[in-house]
Amino acid sequence: MIRSLPIAGRVGLFFVAAWLLLAVIGPSIAPHPVGAVVAPDVYGAFSAAHPLGTDYLGRDMLSRILHGARFTIGLALVAALAASITGTTLALVAATAGGWVDEVMSRLMDTLISIPSKMLALVMVASFGSSVGLLILTAAVSYTPGAFRIARSLAVNVKTLEYVQAARARGERLPYVAVVEILPNMVNPMLADFGLRFVFVVLLLSGMSFLGLGVQPPNADLGSLVRENISGLFEGAPAVVMPAIAIATLTVSVNLLIDGISGRARTVEA
Amino acid sequence: MAEARPAALPGWRAGVPARWRGTTAWLIANRIGSGALTLLIVSAVIFIITGWLPGDAAQEALGQSATPETVAALRAQYGLDKPPYVRYFDWLVGLLSGHLGQSFTASMPVTELIAARLPKSLVLAAVTAAVSVPIALAIGIVSAMWRGTLLDRALNIATLSMVAVPEFLVATIAVLIFAVKLQWLSALSNAVDVSTPTQFFRTYAMPVATLCFVVIAQMARMTRAAVIDQLSASYVEMAVLKGARPARVALRHALPNAIGPIANAVALSLSYLLGGVVIVESIFNYPGIASLMVDAVSNRDMPVVQACAMIFCFAYLLLVLVADVVAILANPRLRHR
Repeated sequence: MIRSLPIAGRVGLFFVAAWLLLAVIGPSIAPHPVGAVVAPDVYGAFSAAHPLGTDYLGRDMLSRILHGARFTIGLALVAALAASITGTTLALVAATAGGWVDEVMSRLMDTLISIPSKMLALVMVASFGSSVGLLILTAAVSYTPGAFRIARSLAVNVKTLEYVQAARARGERLPYVAVVEILPNMVNPMLADFGLRFVFVVLLLSGMSFLGLGVQPPNADLGSLVRENISGLFEGAPAVVMPAIAIATLTVSVNLLIDGISGRARTVEA
Repeated sequence: MAEARPAALPGWRAGVPARWRGTTAWLIANRIGSGALTLLIVSAVIFIITGWLPGDAAQEALGQSATPETVAALRAQYGLDKPPYVRYFDWLVGLLSGHLGQSFTASMPVTELIAARLPKSLVLAAVTAAVSVPIALAIGIVSAMWRGTLLDRALNIATLSMVAVPEFLVATIAVLIFAVKLQWLSALSNAVDVSTPTQFFRTYAMPVATLCFVVIAQMARMTRAAVIDQLSASYVEMAVLKGARPARVALRHALPNAIGPIANAVALSLSYLLGGVVIVESIFNYPGIASLMVDAVSNRDMPVVQACAMIFCFAYLLLVLVADVVAILANPRLRHR
């Protein structure tokens, strides 16, 4: 499977796997406690003791990034999973039920998709204050319509295939047809779509944290790390750029991996 | 959307004379109508989130030591004592007539706050569009014409990576290089005087470059897809078979037909500006409407948040509407009705 990936896809796979591993074991291999002030100088440069420099209080950046990555990846995984599962489930209901159910649900999703995700997030935080639960809920709600659209168009296509017609003809119930006959044929494209949703959520949540409206102290995701060290930008401190680079390696590699996989899927079809 | 409507139409549409249905004007009017309806529902959603529960806006404005009587008085002043649907209706009327209420924190009418900031954001967006559209179209068309070559694959990986990079990484690296190391530009873009070209350039260079980064990648990818879609049509195959040179096939045969889909791609890509501008205005301290909204969110200044959110949603819906209308106009099947 890996061999059929193009080189860019393999690079993507490597970094995605590395980040997932770091999200699990990162905090336990971090050289310093996350909140500990360990260096006398703030905004330290790269050094043997602190490979990624130190932050605005003299804390070890490597340790902070390892902890922040768990936050970023964990939140985004939960929210993207929620969006994909909700979107796929609703799409299966809409596509199998058809008629007015489909019409109403599609219209509703079309309206939801007209609120840009950053606007929804800003409005939610303004009204309810920022919390981890609210951020996950907001991200999940704003990326559900996208997943719904993709899943619905897949489900409607699969529904017209002969083997599904055969299942309907032999009298299977709609839930059975949806879950046993249609769903398995949607899994691969929906996994690729899940990867895209994950990238969107990472960018949304780290953007909110960068604005100071996302994950609140003492917790910090990668976006908060950029924000709290932003005053070091003018000294050229690595503390500002390193967390941002960490986010980019994560999101870019997911994109490259998905492109590699779906590019292969296209050639298989052709 | 391009298909002719079926004979049986629900509701009021049944009263429309048959010869109007399916015409370009009818389709566009239909599209504008559904856009307006969507905007109305979006306004309801935003109001429900931000204003259904009067919350403690009055309490917060006065602090914990305020007596219940003064809180109630302030509620009445903001109109927070009325039932939710009345407040929604008032707010909607206010939106349409330009009376957006009083800012909680700035003690100024919201309309004045926005009037001072909105033109600046529009200038930023216009400059970004002017820079990004030609570059993105060039990249998209070139990679579509040389599809499958090393150049195309390199551009694919480059644009694919660029769309996934957060704006604040691009912005911080730009500041590190151009403001800190080279000292060519100032890191803040809150200059009031942009009358000379040099000052204009110094103010706009970095915010515009940051915004362009993501928008160009997005637009180039969609343009490439639109042109490739045309290049695989059978009339292009015909042109190739009769011996036309590749450049002629692309520019003379495919491009005129791809203009509709490309304009659609441009309008949709520009909607990505709306998310980016929030980050870019904050990081460069640019006094536009997005930074106004971010400050209002931090201060929970609800009238400002509501108004800014509606402006952004309106701009987004407008861009999507333009994209759809262009697609309708570009459909050759409808051209001679």
